[in-house]
Amino acid sequence: MADLTTNFLGITSPNPFWLASAPPTDKEYNVRRAFEAGWGGVVWKTLGSEGPPVVNVNGPRYGVIHGADRRVLGLNNIELITDRDLQTNLDEITRVKKDYPDRALIVSIMVPCEEQAWKDILPKVEATGADGIELNFGCPHGMSERGMGAAVGQVPEYIEMVTRWCKQYYSKPVIVKLTPNITDIRKPAAAAKRGGADAVSLINTINSIVSVDLDTMSPEPSIGGKGSHGGYCGPAVKPIAMSMVSEIARDPETQGLPISGIGGVTTWRDAAEYITLGCGNVQVCTAAMTYGFKVVQEMISGLSQWMDEKGHVSIQDFMGAAVPNVTDWQYLNLNYVAKASINQDDCISCGRCYAACEDTSHQAIAMSDDRTFSVIDSECVACNLCVEVCPVEGCISMVPMEPGTVDPRTGKTVEADYANWTTHPNNPGAVAAE
Amino acid sequence: MNSQYTPGVVPARLSGDALVQNFADLHAPLAPHEAAVAADRCYFCHDAPCITACPTDIDIPLFIRQISTGTPEAAAKTIFDQNILGGMCARVCPTEDLCEQACVREMAEGKPVEIGRLQRYATDTLMAKGIHPYERAPGTGKKIAVVGAGPAGLSCAHRLAMLGNDVTVYDAMPKPGGLNEYGIAAYKSTNDFAAAEVEWLVSIGGIEIKNGMALGDQLKMDDLVGCFAAVFLAVGLGGVNAMGVDGNDKDGVTDAVSFIQELRQASDLTMLPIGRNVVVIGGGMTAVDAAVQSKLLGAEQVTIAYRRGRDAMSASRYEQDLAASHGVQLLFNVQPKAIHGNGAVAEIELEYTSAIDGKLSGTGETVRLKADQVFRAIGQTLTSDGGLTLEGRKIAVDEHGRTSRAGVWAGGDCAAGGDDLTVTAVAEGRDAAMDIHATLNGSV
Repeated sequence: MADLTTNFLGITSPNPFWLASAPPTDKEYNVRRAFEAGWGGVVWKTLGSEGPPVVNVNGPRYGVIHGADRRVLGLNNIELITDRDLQTNLDEITRVKKDYPDRALIVSIMVPCEEQAWKDILPKVEATGADGIELNFGCPHGMSERGMGAAVGQVPEYIEMVTRWCKQYYSKPVIVKLTPNITDIRKPAAAAKRGGADAVSLINTINSIVSVDLDTMSPEPSIGGKGSHGGYCGPAVKPIAMSMVSEIARDPETQGLPISGIGGVTTWRDAAEYITLGCGNVQVCTAAMTYGFKVVQEMISGLSQWMDEKGHVSIQDFMGAAVPNVTDWQYLNLNYVAKASINQDDCISCGRCYAACEDTSHQAIAMSDDRTFSVIDSECVACNLCVEVCPVEGCISMVPMEPGTVDPRTGKTVEADYANWTTHPNNPGAVAAE
Repeated sequence: MNSQYTPGVVPARLSGDALVQNFADLHAPLAPHEAAVAADRCYFCHDAPCITACPTDIDIPLFIRQISTGTPEAAAKTIFDQNILGGMCARVCPTEDLCEQACVREMAEGKPVEIGRLQRYATDTLMAKGIHPYERAPGTGKKIAVVGAGPAGLSCAHRLAMLGNDVTVYDAMPKPGGLNEYGIAAYKSTNDFAAAEVEWLVSIGGIEIKNGMALGDQLKMDDLVGCFAAVFLAVGLGGVNAMGVDGNDKDGVTDAVSFIQELRQASDLTMLPIGRNVVVIGGGMTAVDAAVQSKLLGAEQVTIAYRRGRDAMSASRYEQDLAASHGVQLLFNVQPKAIHGNGAVAEIELEYTSAIDGKLSGTGETVRLKADQVFRAIGQTLTSDGGLTLEGRKIAVDEHGRTSRAGVWAGGDCAAGGDDLTVTAVAEGRDAAMDIHATLNGSV
């Protein structure tokens, strides 16, 4: 059976599933129960400086985008960092780590951008025996207004500076958690690397307003009639996060920098995908907040089964396996030609493929009087919309055309050779193929 | 108090509480959460098969989407635009043979979207608010007579009134509603829904209902044609086919429609007598309604005796299963041969049948069943044809509902063509109204 043991920055955990710094990891009670439920590691909810802790709003903190049957697709929050006393957290971390030496326990930290503030807190965290720290440069609400969180993550120079302080005053691994609320994720990642970070984790949450109450005209969650943007996470953000992860994984400047993948991991499959894009492990929050700690059991069994089926013995076997296949659009093979194909045995005749193609795509699906739907190859551009709107998974597929056959849409013979936009005759900047 | 085992035809075989429970809604209305879950299952199909299967062409995917977005009132409007009796149809339509049979999820999973219950959720929501979502167009000055206040007549009257015409609806019975009021099983129309629906429907204005006026008796065809710009006949099938067997006139042998009518109008079900052993002759919805309600009143043994096989039954498989689940015995390929008893029925003698090239004949083998009551549910007939040309045993109409006489239209069960369903009657009434209006006022 596959070994899910993960070694991330020298920190081992029995599986790659860590709980992200968030409400589920706010206190000893939760973290102990999470470990009992099987989580491989925990990033303790962000600690702030000594002194009176921050306060949270006393109204609703969360808002949600629901899918069918009120499935939680996207979660928004306006909660701040821990609102509990620093020493209480440190004492609890110490006790939990002592009792769970085989689990990863990382402490998330956010203090002001002053060297002294970091110099003060880091020895205290070091004394807990925790395995490492994660710098919260991502929280996009509340704390960012005070010059912390995303306000730091949006300035690469600050990231580099603070990371350097941490490496100076703390002996164990330093993970820099990045905000997605920037234009180019490669810049903060590179800054973290220059500052000496052992790894980056991403993404933190995305600036968001999930809904507006149409009676009160207040954004939600509404605090007495007013709302503030929150941080968005959950399955809806996974594509954004995976793209950012892949950028860091393949950029020459950051290539090889360990990554902890965060953003909408809900099932084993999500985790496997993140790992193939170069992540050493994943962090989970929304799935736990939706279904409870037990959800990790499916992630463990699913990943294990898939690895066995594929013959992967360890996480290392497939880590980064998809990175070489992430490329720029200009290098995609324009000689690759596919056509949609509808399996009539699986078709339930709902006609959604037809409506989508007829109204919004290429009018490449025909509908007969008896509701048989068939692809018109001479119109089909293989856009994939029909595949994605079909309610029956696998009913419609994209079938590549064999080289040497003629594409009835263009009348051209499908070429076996690779050819991309850079050499295409329609490209004004094309360079002649050598 | 009597029990299920008390001999003869007696009332109060069950307690009042048990009867109330037995005659409660067959399907409880969907709660908002249930409706949301059910609505989420709709795929919003293109040119949806459920719409095609609906005799009134309700835009089902649209109304379900309106429910799922929190606007059941708009959903109700979508339904009523096509079917002003959408509330009753949500209760009595054989959806298992219509929209839900056509649902692609029936094909995909054997579990269709619950269209009927969602339709009821939408229409009940709007009607509970006392909202009538239509206004009348400016008056045309045209006066139109509708004969019959059942589904076809009411549908026609509403559409005509909406278009600005003044409508007088005549009905032979003391109350309007037709089969909705008198004919269907009580557990399909609880809380006097049929009467409430009529009240809601006529609140558009321009509709006057006159009860106790039957065609051929108080109403003469020539008078109607003389007094009104147009006449719509929707008199239904008031007669019952005769059962030509010995003993047909014994006490306890009655028409199923009379039994159902009596039950529907009973103010206290504990006063309604029912036999210990009941046999219903027939294979349609009326047979099932009579049999199931006999059982619910406390009859010990109830049998439906049908002269052909199960597949030929006009009651849907769902209705057959409903009867069976209530403990009704379904007996196929038997026809009544004689009714025995001294004054009152005591036994019915049934003869087995076989069909050769579709033609039935008795095999000679018979079986006798105990029977304190025998209900005939072997089809209904037209009582007055108004002197119009018939097709078969019904009034002949063209595709617009026009009869052989100028200025006279017909629809519903009394007119030839179409299934004898509430929803079909509503469609025919609506479409005839459009044609009447266009004929009288030029283009619609």
